[in-house]
Amino acid sequence: MDTLLYVEGLSVSFDGFLALRTLNLILERQERIRLLIGPNGAGKTTLFDALTGQVKPDHGRVLFKDHVDLLGLSEHAIANHGVIRKFQTPSVFPDHTVFENMVLSSGRKRFLATLAARAASPELDGIARVLEQVGLLQQARARAGTLSHGQKQWLEIAMLLLQEPTLLRLDEPVAGMTRAEKEKTVALMESIVQRSTCTVMLIEHDMQFVRQIAGRGHRVTVLHEGSVLSEGSIDRVQSDERVIEAYLGRGTVSAEAEAPC
Amino acid sequence: MGPTLGRRSWDAHLLWLALFGIVFIVVLPLANALGFLSDYYLNLFGKYLSLAILALGMDLIWGYTGILSLGQAIFFGIGAYSIGMHMMLEGTGQGVYGEPVPDFMIWNQVYQLPLFWKPYTSFVFALGSSVVLPAALAALVGFLTFRRRLRGTYFAILTQAIAFAVWLMLNRNEMKLGGTNGLTDFKSILGFSLGQPATLRALYIFTAAALVGAFLVSRWLVRSKTGLVLQAIRDNERRLEFLGYNVASYKIFVFSVSAALAGLAGLLYAPQVGIITPSQVGVLPSLEIVIWVAFGGRGTLWGALLGAISINWLRSVLTATYPSLWPIILGGLFVTVILFFPQGLVGLGNKLRSLGKGRRIFLTTLGVAPASKVEGHPL
Repeated sequence: MDTLLYVEGLSVSFDGFLALRTLNLILERQERIRLLIGPNGAGKTTLFDALTGQVKPDHGRVLFKDHVDLLGLSEHAIANHGVIRKFQTPSVFPDHTVFENMVLSSGRKRFLATLAARAASPELDGIARVLEQVGLLQQARARAGTLSHGQKQWLEIAMLLLQEPTLLRLDEPVAGMTRAEKEKTVALMESIVQRSTCTVMLIEHDMQFVRQIAGRGHRVTVLHEGSVLSEGSIDRVQSDERVIEAYLGRGTVSAEAEAPC
Repeated sequence: MGPTLGRRSWDAHLLWLALFGIVFIVVLPLANALGFLSDYYLNLFGKYLSLAILALGMDLIWGYTGILSLGQAIFFGIGAYSIGMHMMLEGTGQGVYGEPVPDFMIWNQVYQLPLFWKPYTSFVFALGSSVVLPAALAALVGFLTFRRRLRGTYFAILTQAIAFAVWLMLNRNEMKLGGTNGLTDFKSILGFSLGQPATLRALYIFTAAALVGAFLVSRWLVRSKTGLVLQAIRDNERRLEFLGYNVASYKIFVFSVSAALAGLAGLLYAPQVGIITPSQVGVLPSLEIVIWVAFGGRGTLWGALLGAISINWLRSVLTATYPSLWPIILGGLFVTVILFFPQGLVGLGNKLRSLGKGRRIFLTTLGVAPASKVEGHPL
């Protein structure tokens, strides 16, 4: 069994506030989607930040593919290892066309390589295939800034898929989407599982979306106050007393994080 | 299938550039040689065109990459002083005193040529120093700043501080670069007398050709994938880092290219204008370059070209009639551009064109054929 991501004793603090407390998490290589849920402030996004090099942990180890130590690598070096992240809000280049956004995301990123590459002759087939996968092929010439919120999210996912990531981390991809867009995103996740080789780590508050994804046999990890509270299939997690306690015991349950019932 | 970039029709741009090249490289010098255009005006155009190269560099770093450099005049100065030093040395011995050093050194009691002046007896060294030295200096400053993530306003302030420091230093006679008077009274270049119209015409042709060359190189750069990256730095630098780009190396590169273009501009400017002083190297001239590019339209190469030429032309006209009003007019232009047409002249032109198009579409939907419509020509 190969381990894709090994997180041991990870602690992160902000001015004395412990955002992550000796968190342990293991992702096997054959796992396709891992869902991360938990109440607000549980440390989900902080975990992503730590894996991207944006926050420096106080303690802990993060090994990628058993041998790459992600802590201490720069952001672009981590990205070049195939550990790629999607932010919560859509983050595309608004003044570039959809196609140009894809060009930026494809191919080599080293300075001299881009100087030699002409913008008009990149990996056309790959770009067309991924744009078709996320349903944006018709919009290829549109400026990314003119897309709808959902389309921008898909474009960003497409840009990440084009880089053939090994570990793709998505932070609340369906937040702010309409019901129809959410349905489309569920189908997109399904197609990623079928057509790509990457493992997806997915933070989500939308429990309906989580159930739809996890219902296809993917594992769910519940974070609470900076460490792992529970892990397993969606049914097991939802019937876990501690999980119910964590969500309900907080008094005010946030609107997005509806209690599992 | 395969989507294409399809931003705008680029071939039309090349056509315009060819037209620009023919007019400025061939027609104007020819008219001058035949006596239709005075030497004075040709020389004036030569000055504008060299400043347009400076503006192209500013546009690459500010317009395309979004990094505001307020030190471009330093690089321009290095280019101008380099060729100036060479021309001074070429003229030594012909001066009033007949000493082996330029005249201004005698006034400062310097009778031996300073060591750093010596290589400038070589024309090739002076050429290299005009272009390579600015690029190297920019690479050094870029290396020290961009890798430490110094950006935005901090970078602008830093470059402005450097420009101020350089200006202060150049003003001092101890620098042995002519102090506040700068370098002037050039006699000849490569043996050709600068008093001859033919020499100035040749310099003009070189300048116009260099401008077209600089335009083509810039155009190639902004249309390459590197160009896409540069514009992405302007729009969303963080995203680019997470895509795996080492943004600092791109910034260092574009800063060096802009500095090299500024040096080239200085190299062409000094022999044609006949003087280079510290007042053309400091903070104010650096700021003016920003205004040219903003006025013409930042983020478009034509904007830089039009902005530099039109504002400098306006300056020539207005300083002759209302010299004291010029700074106010320049400032007023800048404010007007920022408030009313932030895309500059080019943006204004595009807007007018699309308005015209909109009107034609409107007329067509009413079943009225616009007078300008040519038979069979698509809207």
